[in-house]
Amino acid sequence: MTRPFLSVENLVVHFPTPDGIVRATDGLSYTLEPGKTLGIVGESGSGKSVSSSAILGLHRNTNAQVSGKIWLDGVDLLALSDKEMQQRRGKDVAMIFQDPLSALHPYYTVGDQVGEAYRIHNDVTKKQARARAIEMLDRVGIPDPHRRVDAYPHQFSGGMRQRAMIAMALINDPELLIADEPTTALDVTVQAQILDLLQDLQKEFNTALIMITHDLGVIAEIADEVLVMYAGRAVEYGSTKQLLTEPAMPYTLGLIQSVPDLSSDVNEPLKPIPGNPPSLLNPPPGCPFEPRCAYKHHVPDGLPQRELPELREIAPGHFRRCHLTETDLSKLTPMPVGVDE
Amino acid sequence: MSTPLLEVKDLTMHFPVRSRGIIPRTIGHVKAVDGVSFSIGAGEALGLVGESGSGKSTTGRLITRLYTPTSGQILWEGQDISNWSPRELKPIRRDIQMIFQDPYTSLNPRHTVGEIIGAPLEIHKLVPRQGKLRRVQELLEIVGLNPEHYNRYPHEFSGGQRQRIGIARALTMKPKLLVADEPVSALDVSIQAQIINLMKDLQREMGIAFLFIAHDLAIVRHFCPEVAVMYLGKIVEKAPRDELYSNPQHPYTKALLSAVPDIRQAAIGGRRERIIYTGEELAAPTAG
Repeated sequence: MTRPFLSVENLVVHFPTPDGIVRATDGLSYTLEPGKTLGIVGESGSGKSVSSSAILGLHRNTNAQVSGKIWLDGVDLLALSDKEMQQRRGKDVAMIFQDPLSALHPYYTVGDQVGEAYRIHNDVTKKQARARAIEMLDRVGIPDPHRRVDAYPHQFSGGMRQRAMIAMALINDPELLIADEPTTALDVTVQAQILDLLQDLQKEFNTALIMITHDLGVIAEIADEVLVMYAGRAVEYGSTKQLLTEPAMPYTLGLIQSVPDLSSDVNEPLKPIPGNPPSLLNPPPGCPFEPRCAYKHHVPDGLPQRELPELREIAPGHFRRCHLTETDLSKLTPMPVGVDE
Repeated sequence: MSTPLLEVKDLTMHFPVRSRGIIPRTIGHVKAVDGVSFSIGAGEALGLVGESGSGKSTTGRLITRLYTPTSGQILWEGQDISNWSPRELKPIRRDIQMIFQDPYTSLNPRHTVGEIIGAPLEIHKLVPRQGKLRRVQELLEIVGLNPEHYNRYPHEFSGGQRQRIGIARALTMKPKLLVADEPVSALDVSIQAQIINLMKDLQREMGIAFLFIAHDLAIVRHFCPEVAVMYLGKIVEKAPRDELYSNPQHPYTKALLSAVPDIRQAAIGGRRERIIYTGEELAAPTAG
């Protein structure tokens, strides 16, 4: 059997602290093919960013304990030496961060920073790198790139900065692009432009894309598959359509229901998920969502507190981690989005 | 017709742009708010949407009189407060309170929750020490926090809980108008709905009017029966929500609505056509 292009297997990222171990990511597995988009959804602290930065090797030389396998094109990234990883970082795998203002250095021009990404991995002169930077800035839709290449980040608007970040990430034509909340800091009109741009570029370069976000609207627009994370673990995984039309566990359902859309009934109160996300420091045994779960009384008493449910396949390609039986869920769940509409 | 609670007439706020050098000269003005008019009746909610830089937050700060407007009128229960001195404003500051966007920076980390929520009571010398604790606990309960936690510090609370503390502080003076500037945009989606429901309950039970400033069109639609859209310092469209969302008139409103990702549509593979509005973008902000 050939291995998928990207295969994350049983990834664990733990941070030892004086108070105990923070289990930021605990046994995460997923796969991704070129040209496809995986959306990773979850609340702050669910481990979505931590698990993705492990792909880039950003936990190396920190006190984080990382284990598992990250296969990219047949190579286990976690087994590479620091030097080997460095050669791949920014070349095979690149990342776009949430806040383009703090991800860009204020003292260097945009062109220097975009070009630097190219110079590190290619034996080119400064002049060639600059030419390539201009080409990329043009490609991501920055007007007048010949002049803007010498501008400083503060002279760019938020949307333009994010475009520059995308240019920097894509300058080496990476096989895998990780976008960590790339549009959260942007206005909704600009967000729409950036999402369109990412999709166009993905088509052009056949890049595999991991889109980390807490916005289900963004997921619905851009992702082929979705992984829902809660307390460091995958709780539901499947195609975007499966997850949004037939959410199979209460947390995913809760996320979908808590977001109003432009046609929801304004006289109905919103349906939030009660409570707060759990601490990942010494988590208790059992289902991590149990304290907030509206359906827990349908499960035999004590089971959710005692046992962590397994991630089980309930339909081809659709996995969920939940104690509820399917009949329980189908009875309880008013489908939030109808396919037949 | 009776006087509305708040009426804003032709409000402008121009910030000077100064040249660099030893003797800075004013070389132009940023017209952050440029001739804005609207009114809010007692217990009503007006939504103010727009992108960053559209002047919506500046408008909120003018109404709370954190800024003094360049020109125009701010009529509070019929009186023009736009040029009042801080001393004159003091009694009115009780009536108009603000909820801020970032629950991490808007609470003093060195003060306990009790001190934060009770501070307005002391400033306005309203209740004796004994009564203060009782009022603080009452407020904590109203916003859904444990009243026993008045002695804790902000860092012991999550983002959503902190926003509840911010709301409790705003409620201390029993305000008539709350200016909520992006009150949920820093929170997780599952928590956003909790806070919106809380504010809606407060509006219903206490009859508080809201100026709700946000960029999330779906949330504004849910909260506000009337919505105004700001663009480059001006209100380009104002209408009852059903009208605005079903039949937007201004091209910018259309562009804004078309940019909102729709879970329903996208999940079944449909895609909304997107309208891009570039209208006056280039001629914009720093023109003197």
